[in-house]
Amino acid sequence: MANSRIVVTSDGSRLTIAPRGEIDHHSARSLRDRIDNELYTTRPDVLVLDLTHIDFMDSSGLGLLLGRYQKAMEIGCEVKLMGCSKRTKKILELAGADKLFEFEERA
Amino acid sequence: MEQVCLKKEKMKKAKRTVVNEMKIRMPAISENEGTARSVIGAFAARLDPTVEELADLRCAVSEAVTNAVVHGYGNCGGVLYISVRAYSDRSVCVEIKDKGRGIEDVKTAMLPLYTTDKSGERSGMGFAVMQSFTDHVRVRSVPGKGTAVTLIKRLSRTEE
Repeated sequence: MANSRIVVTSDGSRLTIAPRGEIDHHSARSLRDRIDNELYTTRPDVLVLDLTHIDFMDSSGLGLLLGRYQKAMEIGCEVKLMGCSKRTKKILELAGADKLFEFEERA
Repeated sequence: MEQVCLKKEKMKKAKRTVVNEMKIRMPAISENEGTARSVIGAFAARLDPTVEELADLRCAVSEAVTNAVVHGYGNCGGVLYISVRAYSDRSVCVEIKDKGRGIEDVKTAMLPLYTTDKSGERSGMGFAVMQSFTDHVRVRSVPGKGTAVTLIKRLSRTEE
């Protein structure tokens, strides 16, 4: 399905992953595999998840972000969120997960 | 049968009539999480909701459908029964029903961050999202028979 398009950019220590479309339970699975694959191959210092082009996210998306946070921490990598919409922040705040991540605005 | 109602405020028992309704029956596969929220979003969009109200409803529906697919049927198919009604008082009522394994302890299942998942990939926030994004959530479940989740979203008045 077209809802798991993803753009990956890496400059050595910083890996940026920008998925597009919708993150729900259905799309989270392939997205998770793709991000983990990049994370373990690149082993960056910082993983930036750019959510600018996400137009829907539910609690499965939250699970995806929390799961990636945990995996990244295990290999000493910091996770930053970029381009979070108000809707995405609303879900993060519900779980108190907004305090875990550092937020970055798009340059 | 265990039944849990969460009311943020008492629903007024005002006289109201059904202005539109729709019934959907679809396979309980993960692809249909998106289908269900799109179809119900399209139905609700006719009622001229705010962007926020529509997004809230779509998200709450997505959570309930995901629960039916993942927990009700354990990702093994089955049938989803969805009915949606629009009332004259601008409330929208969505019922998402499955004939899956049911929930033993509804109150516990509804606790924020509660999850049966051990992989760390599920947030346990599905019911919390439904409660936060709608005005009324009711869960009826019979272990071994299935679960019905009813979501009510009241839409704000529009200028005539």
